Amino acid sequence: MQGERHLEPQKCSVPLAVEVVSLLRQFGSVVALSGVSLEIRKGEFFSLLGPSGCGKTTLLRVIAGLDLPDGGLIRISGRDAAEIPAHRRPVNTVFQSYALFPHLTVSDNIAFGLRMKKIAAAEIVDRVQRVLALMQITELATRKPAQLSGGQKQRVALARALVNEPEVLLLDEPLGALDLQLRRQLQVELHQLQRKLGITFIMVTHDQEEALVMSDRIAVMNGGKIEQLGSAREIYERPRTRFVAQFIGQCNLFKADVRPANNGDILARTELGEFSVSNVSKDPTRPGSFMAIRPEKIQLLGGATCGMKNSFAARIEGFTYCGAETRYRLLAGQQTVNVVVMNREASAVFQPGETVQCLLPAEHLILLDA
Amino acid sequence: MRRPGWFLSAIAAGLYIFLYAPIVVIIVFSFNAARFGTVWEGFTTKWYGALLHDSAALSATKNTLLLALVSTGIATLLGSLLAFGLTRFDFPGRKIFDRVLYVPVFVPDIVLATSLLLFYSLVGSFIPALELGMTTMILGHVTFQISFVAIVVRARLAGLDPALEEAARDLGAGEWKTFLHVTLPLMLPGVLAGAMLAFTLSLDDFIVSFFTSGPGSTTLPILIYSSVKRGLTPDINALATLIILISVLATVSLTWLQKNKQDPHPKK
Repeated sequence: MQGERHLEPQKCSVPLAVEVVSLLRQFGSVVALSGVSLEIRKGEFFSLLGPSGCGKTTLLRVIAGLDLPDGGLIRISGRDAAEIPAHRRPVNTVFQSYALFPHLTVSDNIAFGLRMKKIAAAEIVDRVQRVLALMQITELATRKPAQLSGGQKQRVALARALVNEPEVLLLDEPLGALDLQLRRQLQVELHQLQRKLGITFIMVTHDQEEALVMSDRIAVMNGGKIEQLGSAREIYERPRTRFVAQFIGQCNLFKADVRPANNGDILARTELGEFSVSNVSKDPTRPGSFMAIRPEKIQLLGGATCGMKNSFAARIEGFTYCGAETRYRLLAGQQTVNVVVMNREASAVFQPGETVQCLLPAEHLILLDA
Repeated sequence: MRRPGWFLSAIAAGLYIFLYAPIVVIIVFSFNAARFGTVWEGFTTKWYGALLHDSAALSATKNTLLLALVSTGIATLLGSLLAFGLTRFDFPGRKIFDRVLYVPVFVPDIVLATSLLLFYSLVGSFIPALELGMTTMILGHVTFQISFVAIVVRARLAGLDPALEEAARDLGAGEWKTFLHVTLPLMLPGVLAGAMLAFTLSLDDFIVSFFTSGPGSTTLPILIYSSVKRGLTPDINALATLIILISVLATVSLTWLQKNKQDPHPKK
């Protein structure tokens, strides 16, 4: 979103909010976390992204102390958290169901954490007032949760957690229960709030757009493991596994045999011909991998422009007009190819049945493990 | 909703007459001046007055209320704790304990009563405090009341979002404070409904009381039963009418409690 921060690894200078080492958690025969290790920096907006059942919520609950790991280590602000029970950890959670206490008013809900800590009554009133103002819900103070809309409950749940000034705020699908428009609005608000307060946020979400828009860094999880960890741009532009490529956004995959070329690039041999791939960091000489490219990186060229490098001919099967862009579905041999083209012209450029040339720029091609 | 036709209305009316005519009759005859029989001899409230001077009826009323209050108190406390344990903790055999909860509800009262009689006669011969009498009646009532209380409270607890208690812990409440500030206030409507149910059950009970009672612990149902054996009398009708009145009041307040439980914030 607005100017992502480049947080390069600088272990010494950036203090860690949460450190997780080889965390294990099993429920019967189901492995929820199989050796997860992570370092979350102070003040960052960190997202755990993955499909349901990938272990992201378990990881969040283990950090909160609501679930205990079967093995591994958690440090919160450098302290071993194994010895700290949930109610003494310097973290607070915004629950997916909000979990507002139905028998208490909004202000009593917000004051709950402060009262448990035996903070002086006058200070409680003051802090509750301030957080009500911060979340712009002062007029809801005397209502009961049953009298609130979904968006209002969300704000109260946030206020109830933030009033305790936690070192880390944990958010479990915080916007999951809201409709799309409200979700978009709150995504921006939540992001700005995090910047303003400087508190470390760890958010669990299955919504890739939400993760991309809000986070400094994202850990993509699958099957109890972290598949890839990086900035939104890294994860989208340079996915490292097939799972990440397909879970975040759309991706065209081509089976490929890979070998080095003379000029330092990599050559990927696919059913549609040979493609040169630049921008490859890791050892590429593995057979049976995949070559991938995002739909919007493919250029469609009309007319007979055969013999171009890194291109193949394909027939337009159909398209969907989506306002800002058009999504084309093409067929090249047996392979379906999805291409997204921005609508710079008022009329459709290509029609179904037309044969076009697909150009795959070398710098946008990605190599993935099988 | 639609209005029913005349045919359905007639059936419904017949049904309600069938259900309530006997009760109406006993209420009407409690105001009958005739000493014996079923002939109407004019309106009177003297039987109600006579009850006030009937020492047997007064002591039976006292026993009934004492029995109902004490047994309900014990059963509500134990039943609520049982429900809390069954819904919030996992232990070997939890599922079996959960199912076994229904047994006292399904077992016919007469079977329960005979087993209680046998058990307390046996135990009473070793422990004098457990000889048949008010103590064994209270214990007998608690035996069947616990299940009802536990089932009602458990339903309430099972309907609560488990995240509520987690949220309390997350906000710094230890186990005891979580129970006190979150679980207890939220389960309270269920506890009250369970207590009210247990109270009416105890008030109504004849079989268990009859089998576990001893000398001097006669309750209203037992008193009425033994008087009726000597013929129907109007003072018993008056007594029965009063019991009906109390039962109706208890049922109405129970329904009211349950309604409030479902809709905790009726006014916006």
